[in-house]
Amino acid sequence: MIRKSLFSLLGTLWAGAASADWALNMPRGVTELSAETYELHMMVFWWCVGIGVVVFGAMIISLFMHRKSKGVEPATFSHSTTAEVIWTALPVVILLAMALPAAETMIKLEDSRDPDISVVITAYQWKWHYKYQDEDIAFYSSLDRGSVEARPKNSGIDPFDVENFLLEVDRPLVVPKGAKVRLLITSSDVVHSWWVPDLAIKKDAVPGIINETWFRAEQTGTFRGQCTELCGKDHGYMPIVVEVVEPDAYLAWVETHQQDGERVAASQ
Amino acid sequence: MNDSTEKKPGNDSRSLTGKLLLLAAAMFGFGYLLVPLYDVFCEITGFGGRTNTVAESSQENPDFSRSIRVEFVTTVNEYAPWEFSADRDSMEVTPGKMYYATFTARNLTDDKKVAQAVPSVAPVSASGHFKKIECFCFTNQEFRANEERAMPLQFIVDPELPEFVDTITLQYTFYDTVRVSANDES
Amino acid sequence: MTTAVAEAQDAHDEHHGPEKGFRRWLFTTNHKDIGTLYLIFSLIMFFIGGTMALVIRSELMQPGLQFVHPEFFNSMTTMHALIMVFGAVMPAFVGLANWMIPMMIGAPDMALPRMNNWSFWILPVAFGILLSTLFMEGGAPAGGWTMYPPLILQTGDAFPFLIFSVHLMGISSIMGAINIIVTILNMRAPDMWLLKMPIFVWTWLITAYLLIAVMPVLAGAVTMLLTDQFFGTSFFLAAGGGDPVMFQHIFWFFGHPEVYIMILPAFGVVSEIIPTFSRKPLFGHDSMVYAASCIAFLSFIVWAHHMFTVGMPLSGQLFFMFATMLIAVPTGVKVFNWVATMWRGSMTFETPMLFALAFVFLFTIGGFSGLMLAIAPADIQYHDTYFVVAHFHYVLVPGSIFAIMAAAYYWLPKWTGHMYNESLGKLHFWLSTIFVNVTFFPMHFLGLAGMPRRIPDYSTQFADFNLIASIGALGFGISQLVFVYVLLTAKKGATATDRVWEAPKGLEWTVPSPAPYHTFDTPPKARIAEEAFE
Ligand code: HEM
Ligand SMILES: [Cu+2]
Ligand SMILES: [Cu+2]
Repeated sequence: MIRKSLFSLLGTLWAGAASADWALNMPRGVTELSAETYELHMMVFWWCVGIGVVVFGAMIISLFMHRKSKGVEPATFSHSTTAEVIWTALPVVILLAMALPAAETMIKLEDSRDPDISVVITAYQWKWHYKYQDEDIAFYSSLDRGSVEARPKNSGIDPFDVENFLLEVDRPLVVPKGAKVRLLITSSDVVHSWWVPDLAIKKDAVPGIINETWFRAEQTGTFRGQCTELCGKDHGYMPIVVEVVEPDAYLAWVETHQQDGERVAASQ
Repeated sequence: MNDSTEKKPGNDSRSLTGKLLLLAAAMFGFGYLLVPLYDVFCEITGFGGRTNTVAESSQENPDFSRSIRVEFVTTVNEYAPWEFSADRDSMEVTPGKMYYATFTARNLTDDKKVAQAVPSVAPVSASGHFKKIECFCFTNQEFRANEERAMPLQFIVDPELPEFVDTITLQYTFYDTVRVSANDES
Repeated sequence: MTTAVAEAQDAHDEHHGPEKGFRRWLFTTNHKDIGTLYLIFSLIMFFIGGTMALVIRSELMQPGLQFVHPEFFNSMTTMHALIMVFGAVMPAFVGLANWMIPMMIGAPDMALPRMNNWSFWILPVAFGILLSTLFMEGGAPAGGWTMYPPLILQTGDAFPFLIFSVHLMGISSIMGAINIIVTILNMRAPDMWLLKMPIFVWTWLITAYLLIAVMPVLAGAVTMLLTDQFFGTSFFLAAGGGDPVMFQHIFWFFGHPEVYIMILPAFGVVSEIIPTFSRKPLFGHDSMVYAASCIAFLSFIVWAHHMFTVGMPLSGQLFFMFATMLIAVPTGVKVFNWVATMWRGSMTFETPMLFALAFVFLFTIGGFSGLMLAIAPADIQYHDTYFVVAHFHYVLVPGSIFAIMAAAYYWLPKWTGHMYNESLGKLHFWLSTIFVNVTFFPMHFLGLAGMPRRIPDYSTQFADFNLIASIGALGFGISQLVFVYVLLTAKKGATATDRVWEAPKGLEWTVPSPAPYHTFDTPPKARIAEEAFE
């Protein structure tokens, strides 16, 4: 396995950072807010790069020019009010330039009015339970069998042979494209956290408390995430899969699942 | 502390040491003070979605121009042997008017049990505006073996509810008050 | 004040040299002995914690479980963090404070020598207890160093021992902090007025106040956990009307100042070293002091930036975002001042300087990721992923730990009277710097690509970067053996002069090398001593 991943490492190095499975950056995601989050992330990143160029640049110049081996006589200055005022005031301005767009996004994120669908998510050690508020659908969603079989120590199964190792569930959350989905998140035991990077949603599931958040996916597809709050031994084994489908497909899905919803609930 | 055996620090040192020890003790107390402070803070901001807000009166000025959807979510904690659900999943309410809702709980065991329902409201900005007049969550609920019981809730949504809220979710988590020993393998 | 100094001196006249054998170390009240004990203890903890890190990195080298079970993996992450934070970084700085503060301010010893002895000897007991939990029924604590309930209440037999050892660590830190404050405020040489104190002393003074302010809060929080578990209280249990989120608030009220407790003395060390090897006075001494105080103050009002995902009201999120971003301002002032100190200096690059320079570079990178984390909507994506792991390791390893290394190399000749092996020191530096980046830089990418922290196994798309990080970690671990070798052979080098370096400033360089068992039995004239170096 080591050889295999070393090999793939070399391969990807050649292929360059463009390679699809060698993600270097935050995904842009499939919601308006995930794109905004991504933009914020990139904006702050570029500010940091800019500041870094100036600071590290000055430092590097100094490291090469102002060394004793070049016979430099040390200067004796030890303060400069002008410089100090500038490098206190300028960062404040830059910070404001970052904070304002961030605040705008936060305000949008808070606005959960007019949802099309509400789903109650209850976290358990170590699986998720989804209940659609307006449909008669409720089910548990846990790690898929392929991963369950491969995960134990010395299972003899190479994770590279398992599709979506540790990121596949038996029953995904299905939602329609374009609909505003309100999530109500709580927990039955310890604190967990529900995260899907492509939706830019991460919210803690806290016992005794109901948390609210929402997303509106603008593309169909399968989006994967994981629990992100340490919740015990199988914390690494409670993935999240959200399938965004066309509205008709969603209706069809509701149709079939409403019928066996009872059965699923009873079998738990 | 142990001043006499300390290597004769001057009086200054001794009193400064005393003051610093006092400061440390005070900060330990402050840690505990954070508990009531936190409650006050939550009360004001609605932080944590905690709502034990009790309406002072059942009379408010109804605001007929708005209609708010109130949704009920019920959670049974840690596989406790209960059935617990709201009789209706949701209702449309007018802010300032009083409403009733009923929940049903059933003890699935053959023993006597005591339960406590813990309320929480989402979104956080609404929790201070959801006022309960009567609630089964105010006290512990005793259940006989296999007893099923309807439990009433009387509430008002405050007309001062922020404009940007159109749906309020009220959650009850149902706990066995005899605590499951945390050492149990779970 | 003068009486305090005089009285403390009397005490010292009673004995002149160290006792022999283990009694010297067990009963010592000498600040230099205690400093040495702290430093050695911290080094041992650094290796124990480091071994745990290598267990973690070995398991994460490839997808699939190879070596340990998930429960044990979680114990390793928990114990690694507790040991590194409370056992390695904090005691190392206390050790440096013990050794150097009296010598820097011209005091004969710490103000409360006996308390000093206790505050050290509590530590091995605390960590003995903590380490013994590895062998208990139910395993060592595995709920994370943040100890969030209700999960932490699922700990087995180890639980009360965890709480007890945290209490002991807290008591030790508080006693150490009190001692440092009293020493600094009451035992300075007559001419050393406050603003003239060396920056290392200043940053420690501020740190000590932070310690006294927040360690008791941590003690309170863990005591509440204890009573929730065993005595029927419900501070954090929703069932009894408590709130698990409240623990997070109290913990981070301690936790954020705690991270500054681990970095402020490092700022101090670096501010001592850069001027020495730039042969130029520290730029903006006073603004350094104000910046450090400002950071300390702000650190009390930013705690909830660790909790942007728990479900806070919008106003709370906005407040904590703005406050957190503000911390970047005084932090920036520090970095700019270091660069301005180097500017037009006459630099040489001995090992301490190399570590200090790497500190400035790499700590700043950690500061950048901190700034990114402060942006609340983006933090929703970063939180609890490897991006955060990368952030805090950049500020803690090439930050705090590099500063400790720099300090060790800087003052080692003063402690031993001999120059350490400079080539090996440089080798240690280059290996450490390369491997620290190989280890932690890829973690930024892992986090952005979606890998949560604290997981024992991961999906195959994360395999490559994890492999690189694991190789780096192994390399970093091995490189530290070079440091041990340098320490073991520290007395074999050339004899050190009293001033050791070409142009160091400060009273510690006016005493002989090695520093005699008792220094400054009569207070020096600080101003005169300083002028001697102009
Ligand atoms: C520019 C200054 C800094 C800023 C703006 C900053 C910001 C942050 C933020 C927002 C987080 C929370 C991330 C999350 O969990 O989502 C964080 C985590 C952390 N930071 Fe910093 N930070 C700064 C400097 C430091 C320094 C100097 C240290 C320590 C030497 C430090 C140590 C840590 C640690 C240990 C954590 C993670 C704690 C945990 O979750 O276990 N940070 N920082
Ligand atoms: Cu989890
Ligand atoms: Cu913080």
